Formats: sequence, structure tokens, C-alpha cells
Amino acid sequence: MSAAGTDIAVTAKARQAVGGRERAIIATFVLLALAPIAAQAGPQGYIIDLITRMMIFAIAALSLDLILGYGAMVSFGHAAFIGLGAYAVGILASHGVTDFVVQLAAALAAAAVFAFVTGALSLRTKGVYFIMITLAFSQMLFFFGVSLSAYGGDDGLSLPERSRLFGLPLFSSDKGLFYATLACLIGCYLLCRAIVASRFGRVLRGARENPVRMTAIGFSPYRFQLVAYVISGMMAALAGALLANQTGFVSPAYMSWQRSGELLAMTIFGGVGTLVGPIIGAMAFLALEEWLAGLTEHWKMIFGPLLVCVVLFARGGIMGLAARIGGKRDG
Amino acid sequence: MSLTLFLVQTLNGLQFGILLFLIAAGLTLVFGVMDFINLAHGVQYMVGAYLAAWFTALTGDFFLGLLLALPTALLFGLLLEWLVFRHLYGRDHLDQVLATFGVILFLNEAVKVAWGSSPLSVPIPDAFSGSVRMMDGLLYPVWRLVVIGSGFAIAIGLALLVSRTRLGMLVRAGAVNAPMVSALGVDIGRLFMIVFGFGAMLAGFAGAMVAPILSVEPGMGDNILILAFVVIVIGGIGSIRGAFAAALLVGLVDTLGRSFGPQMLRLMLDPSAASQTGRALAPMLIYILMAAVLIVRPAGLFPAQR
Repeated sequence: MSAAGTDIAVTAKARQAVGGRERAIIATFVLLALAPIAAQAGPQGYIIDLITRMMIFAIAALSLDLILGYGAMVSFGHAAFIGLGAYAVGILASHGVTDFVVQLAAALAAAAVFAFVTGALSLRTKGVYFIMITLAFSQMLFFFGVSLSAYGGDDGLSLPERSRLFGLPLFSSDKGLFYATLACLIGCYLLCRAIVASRFGRVLRGARENPVRMTAIGFSPYRFQLVAYVISGMMAALAGALLANQTGFVSPAYMSWQRSGELLAMTIFGGVGTLVGPIIGAMAFLALEEWLAGLTEHWKMIFGPLLVCVVLFARGGIMGLAARIGGKRDG
Repeated sequence: MSLTLFLVQTLNGLQFGILLFLIAAGLTLVFGVMDFINLAHGVQYMVGAYLAAWFTALTGDFFLGLLLALPTALLFGLLLEWLVFRHLYGRDHLDQVLATFGVILFLNEAVKVAWGSSPLSVPIPDAFSGSVRMMDGLLYPVWRLVVIGSGFAIAIGLALLVSRTRLGMLVRAGAVNAPMVSALGVDIGRLFMIVFGFGAMLAGFAGAMVAPILSVEPGMGDNILILAFVVIVIGGIGSIRGAFAAALLVGLVDTLGRSFGPQMLRLMLDPSAASQTGRALAPMLIYILMAAVLIVRPAGLFPAQR
């Protein structure tokens, strides 16, 4: 009886949490849309640049959450897709193809093929072995990037110019790139939300909870997981294509394992399996990094223990913390 | 390819493999027994190297430095376990990844603050400097042979410890089913602490032994950590025997692949294309190896028996 009681309480609380998340994300998007106007008061170029970067990593963290939070696929090689997207832009731009539609199509196609092939192999393993095999594939791509001497090898290559959209230099102004990134972020969020709520998302979550049962009632989790992995990879490649435009530079460092670790950290920092959490988590992560770096040269000595404290004292990351504070206030 | 060059590279590969084994041994036990992903294992290797460099500079003698560095590395490992890792057993793998990632950031920066960001160098101890003539035209540095020898000695000692002693039996039992071991009345918390401290000391020993060959610098543990993970995954998590075989395999494949890969390809491709693809393929080899092993045997080559 008491179990049923807690069940209902938990459901109510979960619904409340989802409502809170919706409010949080709408507020975030509105604040982001207004940011360039507010930034006019301060060092505008710097702030817009920083927030654009934050949003790009928010897209990447969101894409990771789709497979991590809803499919329980811990990818330790997600930075590979960012690298694929960035290199698609960099390589095409160095050959004079500057149209973003073409570049993006190439980036998405490359990511889809890479995700399909590596995903099909990786998903044969489970748990820790999945973590390690995704790491192995991203390391292969990293070293491939290092050996691409025609495109700068280890040093990377600079973009001759930012991408154009249908011939228009839309991205050449920082504000143009900012709003394009914001539009991509909102689009990706809505897409992820729709995927998670759909039948496809339910099967994915079912496979996360109990793959044997899902198989017993007639689903093949493998196929659903693979499709989710491909979608997630393509979304991260979009982030990579935007990142290349934002920095004007592409290098193998985008694909290093530390980057993949950072993406995981951002996602967990925000709250796994909430979609909203990783967006806020990525932005908070980069903002903290930037702020601490301004305080002291040795900011990592503060940032590292902070991450440890988040794990030890704030389970569920920022979203978990917010839910507990909200729960206390309402209850 | 000449025979001498091949032998030299094989010895280099062995030395690299032994180094990987010393790091992977602790990692695979911690992973196998406690189901704990410790990304911070690489920085413990770095800390070992720094401690050795520091104590050597203080005392003026490498072996005295090593003698002081080992217990300090052990204490340091226990301190980390007490402060952070103890609270992460039984938690989600993701939490462990994030927390140990934080520890890496902290320690990489802390050594910069303590010892500066420029690399430290440790002189090779006088008794073992120079080279030894192994055959006609083959000179090999003595210190590298010492590294190989001490690594093999430790591997044998570790194998005996794990297979012949009560502690080893508990460790093996823990790798198969830790809750059951705990239910049988073993203080599993103490066992975890011993395993952890021991693993940290082995990693520290590896760092100290290669300090005279490599430069001691911040972040030196980051890449070797990933290789150690490759090793334990290929070998089968929780298996010392697997870690040993896989470490030598990875060490040899990586070293020989880098030096002879381009030459082998030259048999099939024209020289410039061969050196190009060779350079691209060589660093990827071990990851290709790992992916192949996992696809054929998803639990590694020597999985701990369940």
C-alpha cells in the first residue's frame, strides 16, 4: 500500500519536475535571444562569441543525452562527431565550397555513415565494453585527423572564410552566427523532445530499462539503439559544423578523448536524461570555466574539486539539485 | 628491415608493454573488484614520476628517491581513496567518470603549481647508465633492460600474490562476486582500500621507473591512461593474466607498427603513398586491434571466470 502511495507521489513529483523543466528551458531560450541586446552594454563581441560557443556545446551535450539518458549508451567518443562536422566544413571551405547547406549535408552524411558503421559494431558489446569501443573508434578518427597532412595534420587548418547561406554572408557577422546557432539549438531540442515522446523513444527507454523484456514482446532493441546513435551522431556533427565557423579553425584536438570526457562531464553536470539539463549544464560548464579562468591562472584547481563535489553532494547534477530545492519549497 | 633494428624495436616494445602492464594491473583490479572506473589512475602514474624526480633531487640518489617515492605514492593513493573514491563505489559509472575527471583536472594543475609547468628530467642512475652490447652492432641502454627486468619480476610476484595468498584469493573472489565476499564476513571496505592503494603504488612505480627515460611533465598520464584502458579491455577486465598478455601485445604492436608499418606497406604501395598511409595507420593499429578483439570476443581475451 505504502509502495503504491509513494508511486503516485513519485509520478506527481516527476510531472512537476517536467513542468519546471519546460519553464526553465523556455526562460533560457528567451534570455539567449535577448542576450545580444543586453550585451551592447558590455564588451559585445566577447560576450556574443562566448555565448555562441556555449550554445554549440549545448547542442553537442543534448545529442549525447539522447543516447546516454534515454538509451543508456555511454559514448566515450562523442567528440569524434564534432570533429567530423568541423572537418567537413574546413575541408570543403579550403576547396572553395563555402555554402553552408552543402557543407552541412556533407557533415551530416559523414557523421551518419561513421555512426552507422561504428554503432553497428559497438552495439554488439555492453556496458563498460561499449564505453571503451566508442573510445577506440574516436581515437582512430583522431589519429586519422593528425595524419591528414594535406589539411594541416596535427596543426589543423584555418577557414578561409565563414560559411555562406545560399550565397549570403549570413554567418560573417557574429550576431548572424549567434542567431543561427540559437535556431539550431531550439530545433535540436524540439526534435529530441519529439523523439523521446514518440513510440520510438518509448521503445528506446524500454530497452534501457529491460532489453530482455523488450525482445520478448517483439521489439529488436538493437535497431532502435542504432538509429538513435546515428541521429545523435548527426546532431553532434551539426555542432561541429557550427564550431568550425565560430572558431574559424579546425584541428584534431576537437576529437581528443579529453573533449569526449568534457562532453560527458557537461551532460552529467546538467543532469542525465532530462534534455534540458545538458543544455544548461554545457552552458554553465563553459561559463564557469571562463569565469574561473579570469580569476586565476590555476582555475582547474578550483574547477576539478567542484566537479567532484557535484558528484558527491548533488546527485542528478543541476537538474537534480533544482528538483530537490523546488520539491522542498513546494512540499 | 635489418635484424638488429627489429630486435631493438622488439625490446622497446617489450619495455613499453611492461610499463603498460604496471599501470594496467592496478586499473584492472580496481575495475574488476570494485566495478569502479578510475580515470584518475593515469595521474597517479604522473604523481609517481614527480615524487621520484623530487626525492631524487632532494637526496641526490635515485634509489633512495625511489625508496621514498613508493610509500609516498601509496599514502597518496590511500588519501585519494579516503577523500573521494570511497564515496563512489556502488555509484553509477557516469558519476565515477565525472568525479575522477575532476581529480585529473585538479592534479594536473596541482603539479604545475608545485613543480612548475616545464618538464623535469631525472638522470639515469650511474650504475645503470650507458649501453650494453647484446650482439654484433646491437647496443641497448642498460636502464631500459632494468625497467623490463623489474617489470617482469613484479609481474611474477603479482601472479604469485594473486594465485597463492589469502589476500589474492579474496581479490579473485571479489572480482567474481563482491557482494557475496562481503556476505561471507570479509571486510570488503578494507579489501578495496588495500587493492586501491596497491594499484596506486604500482602506477607510481611505473612512473618512477620511466622518469629517467621520459620527461616528467603535467598531463603525462593522460594518454597512457587511455592505453591502459585499451589493455585491460583487450585482456578482460579483472584479469591480471589478461592484462599481462594484452600489455605486451599492445606494446609490441604499437612499437613495431610505428617503425615497420610503412616498410611493410611499401611492398604493396608506391613509397610516398606507403609512408603516408603508414603514418596514418600506425597509431590506429592498437585501437583497430581492440575493436577487433571486442567484436570477436566481447569480454576480452582472458575474461575473469564467472
